[in-house]
Amino acid sequence: MALHLKMDERDDCDRLDAMAQKIIGTPIDRPEGALKVAGRARYALDMLPAGACHGVLVRATVAKGKLSSVDKDAVMALPGVRAVIADERLLRNPAQGMAGEAPVQGVSDVAYFGQLVALVVADSFEQARHGAQRLKLTLSSDPDVVVRPDDPAADLESPDDQKSEMGDLGRAMVDAAFSIDETYTTPPHASAAMEPHASIAEWSGEKLTLHGSYQMLPFNRSELADALGIDEGNVRILAPYVGGGFGSKLGISQEAVAAAIAAKELGVPVAVAMSRQQVFEGIMRRSETRQRIRLAAGEDGVLTGIGHEAWVSNLPDETFAEPVTQATPFLYQGAHRLIGQHIARVHRTCAGSVRAPGEAVGLTALEIAMDELAEISGIDPLELRLRNIPDKDPTEGIPFSSNKLSEALKVGAEKFGWSERSGTPGTRREGEWLVGMGMASAARVNMLIESKARVTLTGDGVARIESDMTDIGTGTYAVLSQIAGEMLGLPIDHVDVHLGDTDLPRGSGSGGSFGAASNGTAVFLACEDIRNQLCEKLGCDPESLTLKDGHAISGNQRLPFSEILQGTDLVGEGHVEPGKTEEAVRQATFGSYFAEVGVNAVTGETRLRRMLGVFSAGRILNEKTARSQCLGGMTFGIGMALLEELIHDDRDGHIVNRDLAEYHLPVNADVSGLEVVLLDERDGWANPLHAKGIGELGICGAAASIVNAIHNATGVRVRDLPATLDKVLEGLPPLS
Amino acid sequence: MIPFDYQRAASAAEATGLARDGATFIAGGTNLLDLMKLEVMAPSRLVDINRLDLGGIEDTTGGGLRIGALVRNSDLAGDPRVRSSYPVLARALLAGASGQLRNKATTGGNLLQRTRCYYFYDTAMPCNKREPGSGCQAIGGATRLHAIFGTSDHCIATHPSDMAVAMRALDASIEIEDSAGNRRSVAISEFYRLPGTTPHIETVLKPGELITAVLLPPPGGTRQAYRKVRDRASYAFALVSVAGVVEMADGRMKRVALAFGGVGPQPWRNAEVEALLEGKAPSAELFEQAAGLLVAKARTQAGNAFKVPLLQRVLSATLNELTKG
Ligand SMILES: Cc1cc2nc3c(=O)[nH]c(=O)nc-3n(C[C@H](O)[C@H](O)[C@H](O)COP(=O)(O)OP(=O)(O)OC[C@H]3O[C@@H](n4cnc5c(N)ncnc54)[C@H](O)[C@@H]3O)c2cc1C
Ligand code: SF4
Repeated sequence: MALHLKMDERDDCDRLDAMAQKIIGTPIDRPEGALKVAGRARYALDMLPAGACHGVLVRATVAKGKLSSVDKDAVMALPGVRAVIADERLLRNPAQGMAGEAPVQGVSDVAYFGQLVALVVADSFEQARHGAQRLKLTLSSDPDVVVRPDDPAADLESPDDQKSEMGDLGRAMVDAAFSIDETYTTPPHASAAMEPHASIAEWSGEKLTLHGSYQMLPFNRSELADALGIDEGNVRILAPYVGGGFGSKLGISQEAVAAAIAAKELGVPVAVAMSRQQVFEGIMRRSETRQRIRLAAGEDGVLTGIGHEAWVSNLPDETFAEPVTQATPFLYQGAHRLIGQHIARVHRTCAGSVRAPGEAVGLTALEIAMDELAEISGIDPLELRLRNIPDKDPTEGIPFSSNKLSEALKVGAEKFGWSERSGTPGTRREGEWLVGMGMASAARVNMLIESKARVTLTGDGVARIESDMTDIGTGTYAVLSQIAGEMLGLPIDHVDVHLGDTDLPRGSGSGGSFGAASNGTAVFLACEDIRNQLCEKLGCDPESLTLKDGHAISGNQRLPFSEILQGTDLVGEGHVEPGKTEEAVRQATFGSYFAEVGVNAVTGETRLRRMLGVFSAGRILNEKTARSQCLGGMTFGIGMALLEELIHDDRDGHIVNRDLAEYHLPVNADVSGLEVVLLDERDGWANPLHAKGIGELGICGAAASIVNAIHNATGVRVRDLPATLDKVLEGLPPLS
Repeated sequence: MIPFDYQRAASAAEATGLARDGATFIAGGTNLLDLMKLEVMAPSRLVDINRLDLGGIEDTTGGGLRIGALVRNSDLAGDPRVRSSYPVLARALLAGASGQLRNKATTGGNLLQRTRCYYFYDTAMPCNKREPGSGCQAIGGATRLHAIFGTSDHCIATHPSDMAVAMRALDASIEIEDSAGNRRSVAISEFYRLPGTTPHIETVLKPGELITAVLLPPPGGTRQAYRKVRDRASYAFALVSVAGVVEMADGRMKRVALAFGGVGPQPWRNAEVEALLEGKAPSAELFEQAAGLLVAKARTQAGNAFKVPLLQRVLSATLNELTKG
């Protein structure tokens, strides 16, 4: 008997706070943590069955053209090689998030440099790689190819549904006491998950089992089945552990389909792992962005107008476009508003979701612009933001479900010592280092995704949670254990969590920060279902039932579960769907960043000295994993501000820095001094847990605080990220 | 990776004997194995030299040090004599790679590590260094890592080592053994070759020749500094680096040795700059003049033009640090 909830109205009951176990929110360790650090958590490629063959993918080395032939024979003659596959079902692009159907297929049309067009399968990985490196492709190269988004020959689309206008921004700009009209650019980014994309495919008759590394298994199952032209009932995907995704594993990718085709053809299991270089070239990039931002404000810094137009790119037939302006409609007030988006069609690696698509780059630019407005108006950047927090969504005219931006700004400023900041750039020097502080707001839209889960309370008083949900390193195992433990009155070691198997109830998957809240709600409902069943057995009403430490307490009776259940299991099922609360209120998470940097006065090298993030995301389900998510987000923010850039060669569009030696992510030495404060909040509009998404919040706007700190340190305004030393150097004073 | 033979040599003579017909020595393997996996290098045979008696750091009769070719980068950086008498070398080593890599990387291997040019690493790209005569795709492409001195129209790659830059400032020489068992020593200034029309030939080593040691003369100055400028705080190759060794006498710079990384196909030195400085009292104007002279012959690309002002500033600041007080 499943408990179903459509989020049509606010939850006022806030059950979790009324529970007795008191483990929700606590910073417990991940239950699977020990397995991971000991190397005993088995990831996709660790599941290699005896007798499996290995496949290595082969890339095309033109940006646009035709693959007319593949010289199979020469490679088939090599020792150990079992097959060369160049099948039109191979994926051209990986699937976009929540596509639920096959992405573009077919390898004979090459649409970007590095497109994976064939698979060589051999007895050993080394033999397969050797064969793959030997495989000769006959490729034509189309000279009429656009690889640069700023190429005037690029087709530019400006979709109407991405455009909105309120009032008269042009007029507001003219009338403004202070205005900013600047263009900001961010480079393409890679997800750079630690575990590369890898799959093992195994057939048993018509049934395919895939050990994969994916974020959203129910969608991935449909995508894989569709790509192979088989019934999705015949596909099972297993992904109990995923070594990071950051958007890159939302949809199935090339290796899964290739492994499945090869395994079918050869009648043996086939493992295919992409190399780091193939992940860089073949998997989603975040589009580069160019953003024109206009701000109009009165004498008092109160905004009268905001304009945000973005130019992004993607392959000709892809629908995804980086949603750069996502938070702009609701973050700050202003009666005159303009939003727009333009997509250049280029032959570069497919663009898709990478680490907080939209706000990560869009809010960063907006928050640099706000710093510029603070500078010209002479208003402290913190004060400027406080003056512009709207009391309702200024675009939709609906109330916020909850908006703690003001508190986040004030708490952060206090804790960080913002008042110590000198308002005059370039005035604080420590030896060779120019020191400055910067800040920015954080915001990210909140989402709920349909999700189901099953919870079984076994006769011996252990709860088993089952869902095809994934844990992509975020802490799903921990937070689901805590929700069930709290609801059923069980210590954490009496909760078992089984995830990452499409045979289990359909969960939300992990992505868009919605996983914990969506799937957590399904688990919550399943536990409610069990509580109701317990009430029936005990003949009490739910309000008078207390569950704690494996006992049910009602009135003056206190019974262990084992006694109530008498060896039978209670099965609860939960099912949540988004409803009217999505439209009735603006649901978002908010926060603030404060950063202090040193900029070397000789070299222009920027080194972060300390950074604080204050975040408000509804109920915190686990203080430790939530904090880790925020630290990770801020780390990506540091990367975006100072380091990360996928370099495309302008001549053929190929990615030049396609490994982790030259695609610079922050290393430990770049991220010391990070601190996170989580605000206490409940949001009943979001779901009955009162929790909102937190995974991506920590990156949205983070880079701006650092870039703004560089300006405070040096007076140099960087509008083209990352702020590498060459961009700062030009503006530094001569050596004394 | 192309299939290859593997043989472990028990002596230098055996090693040099085996190292023919496309064979290559393997020491720490931290550079070679990556390149082999990508098929940028495809030796027919690996001759493992790790069991040879080429470890150890010894005092020389001349007051210098003899560093065995197999001394690991970590051990060299931690040696008390290196730390006290050749701090520029210790600092350069510690500024390179990561702890794990330095534990594995050897002195000989570090000297011979290949360029980090992006195009060299991608076998789909023309590259004269990897495939002589195919062209240089870096020119006109992404050149943040590339050289501004000593380049040619055939190659603009840098030598990426930090250690070798310090050794160049220290006037090290390299001891080499040939297959007949003869040992000779070559000054580091003569060891690397400019790319010219043959960028694939990087040193004066002939096939099969083995580096057995690096010899350091007594340090030519007590004031030493290594400064590395890079995109992140650790674990990145130098955009530019400066190794400086200065001896002061009566308020003047008696001897000056300066070597530069990240800017040339070999650790770069400029005798005119040193001559300009020697015998003079330090001053900001003099340093500026020296910096101007250093970059006078720089040849830049769009992506690396920033190295010119950067190098000038870093040189001035380093000289300042070396001569003050
Ligand atoms: C991610 C990464 C980051 C790095 N960052 C830096 C950095 O910041 N700064 C820096 O300086 N270096 C850096 N390195 C490079 C590192 O220093 C070199 O890889 C290392 O020094 C090579 O030494 P090895 O013993 O492993 O050489 P190997 O890989 O074993 O050999 C390299 C070459 O030298 C030859 N060779 C080795 N020993 C001898 C000998 N005795 N006689 C003749 N030939 C020989 C081999 O045949 C081979 O061609 C980095 C490397 C990596 C992978
Ligand atoms: S710079 Fe040298 S190493 Fe780089 S592509 Fe050109 S020839 Fe090859």
